[in-house]
This record gives sequence, C-alpha cells and structure tokens, in this order.
Amino acid sequence: MAVASISVSETPLVLYTLRRADDALILGHRLSECCGHAPMLEEDMALANMGLDLLGQARELYSYAAKVEGKGNDEDKLAYLRDVRQYRNLLLLEQPNGDFAHTMVRQFFYSAFADLYWRAMMKSSDPTLAAIAAKSEKESAYHLRHSSEWIVRLGDGTEQSHARAQAAIDHLWAFTGEMFEADASERGLIDAGISIDPASLRPQWLKTVADVVNEATLALPQSDWMQQGGRDGRHSEHLGHLLSELQSMQRTFPGATW
Amino acid sequence: MPKNAGTGKWRKLPNRIEGTVMATPNTPLWEVFIRSRNGLAHKHVGSLHASDATMALQNARDLYTRRGEGLSIWVVPSNAITASDPAEKGMMFEPAESKIYRHPTFYEVPDEVGHM
Repeated sequence: MAVASISVSETPLVLYTLRRADDALILGHRLSECCGHAPMLEEDMALANMGLDLLGQARELYSYAAKVEGKGNDEDKLAYLRDVRQYRNLLLLEQPNGDFAHTMVRQFFYSAFADLYWRAMMKSSDPTLAAIAAKSEKESAYHLRHSSEWIVRLGDGTEQSHARAQAAIDHLWAFTGEMFEADASERGLIDAGISIDPASLRPQWLKTVADVVNEATLALPQSDWMQQGGRDGRHSEHLGHLLSELQSMQRTFPGATW
Repeated sequence: MPKNAGTGKWRKLPNRIEGTVMATPNTPLWEVFIRSRNGLAHKHVGSLHASDATMALQNARDLYTRRGEGLSIWVVPSNAITASDPAEKGMMFEPAESKIYRHPTFYEVPDEVGHM
C-alpha cells in the first residue's frame, strides 16, 4: 500500500455517520461483486441496482461525516484511505456472497432492519440525516420486497434451494444481533433525538423476518448468541480482503480520476 | 379469440419453456409494457425471464425503469400473446394500402371550416 491511512476525529456524530456509511458501502461493494456472476441476467441487474442504491447512500453519509468532522477529509478519503480497523460496518454486511441463498439472506436480514431504521430516522432532529433517511427508506423498502420474494421462492422451492436457504439463515443468524446495539457514544445522540434506539425496532424486525421465513417453510434458529465487534472496528477476516480490492487503485495511484 | 384460432392460420408466440431455446431453463418469458406518463398508453419495451408474475414485475422494474422511464408497468406471459403470421402479411395488410380515403388527409377541408 503506497498511501498511508488518514486519521478521523470520531466525535459521536462523526462516528455515528461513519458507521451507517460503512454499512452502505460494504454491502454495496459485496453486491457489486455479483455483477456478471448472478444466476440470471435479470437478477444480475437487480443486484447491481441495489448495490448502486447503497453506494448512493454511502456517498451522502460520507460527505456528511466529512463535513461534520471538518478536518479536510472527504467522501473519497473516508472510503479509500481508512484501514480495516477504522471501518465501522456491521459484521453481517462484510460476509462473503457465498451462494445465492447467502447473498439473499444477508440482504433480507439487513433490508428488513434498514427499512425500519431509515423510516424511524426520518424524524431525526438532524435535518441532513432526516433527508438521507427519507431517500434511503424508499430504496430499502424495495430491497426488502425483492429479497423477501426470493426467500419465499428459495425456501418453498426445490429440496436443494430449501436446504441452501436454511443453511444461509443458520450461518448468518448470529450476525443479526449487532444491528440492534447502541454503545455509549450513540446513547447521547439517541437522547438528543438525532438518532433512534435500534433496539426498539427488534420486535417489528423479528415479526417481519419470521413471517417471511414461515411462508418460505424455513425456520429461524433458536440460538440468541450473537457476534459483535464491527461497530468498534473488530472485523471478520473477510473485510481486509474486501478493502484491499476496493482501495487498491487509490492506494496505488493517490487521487487518480478517470 | 380470433376466428381462425386453432386452425393454423394464427399462431401463438413460441413458448420458450417447451421450445428448444432455453437460456434460463424452466424460467418463463414475459413481455413488458411501460406507461411513461399519465394519459399515455402502456408501450411494449421488451421481454425478460421470471419464475412468476411477482418476480416478473420486479425484474421489469429493475431492467426497464432504471432511468426514470415509467410510472406504471404491465407484465404479460409471452405465451399468452397470439401473433399474426408474417407470411400472411399480404392478405392481412395489403388490402388497406389502396384505401387512401381512410386517411383524414384525403379530404379537402373548406377554408370556412377553419381549424378542426
């Protein structure tokens, strides 16, 4: 790596915004990896569209984080010049695409959350975050619909698609708890009405997810042991590999444009 | 149904599920119609593969409305469309060619009428 990482002054609002920006960028990047590899052309486009929605969300959130921080960073520096330990995304979103069932279950778990989350955030006392939430909510609502339809068809499809969908649910379940956590840094923002308490969304999320999973003749795991660490920069082995690809161009040719 | 349906004079569009060309096996083909603005008719824009009507609608949204093309989408199973036979275009369409009096421009409108 030819270019050193930047340092970021993570005040609570900067950290909060970076966490959401990293969620959108990392999941968007994972979906972009499907481009040209989806099981059919129509789904290739659908996955790329969702990836582009998320990339758009990431850009707005990074730009806002840079503005709030006010240290001369910008969206590109925040995306391309932070190392793996500086990334704050949910562990769920960096998990590899795996088979199509894994890609869809990951999308389903997150979209069911993001749809509720952004809808609630439309009432944020921070006007920029409220505006980003209003745009993101419409996109997330479609991601949820699309992934839900696939979960039903995979689960209630063939023996093989059912088994793969169930395996994906079982594998990714332990990464869902992190979505509903809020640390001390975020508590202040919640109390100030800038953000909302994600834990308050879990009952509705669970209902949405359980309804679809039941219709799909699949089952949710009983285990409530949950992975955590992504919000603090402790990631699975997969994120470093993802970032090395995502960042290689800007690290090698700083500021390159085309 | 057209009068000649079933006699071989009218043909169904090829059903690509049963046909030999199956780029995406067992996935039916759908025709997509988009209405771009209120007041306009839905217009055929292309086709796609989808397992059922719900997915066809979603795929149509993802394939054909990426640049703000539409306000409304219809999807129709391709094999539900009955098409005229191109080989019969003489019988079908040539008789109309000589009936120029069916065009409004055939008639001279007196100046007194003004704008119609």
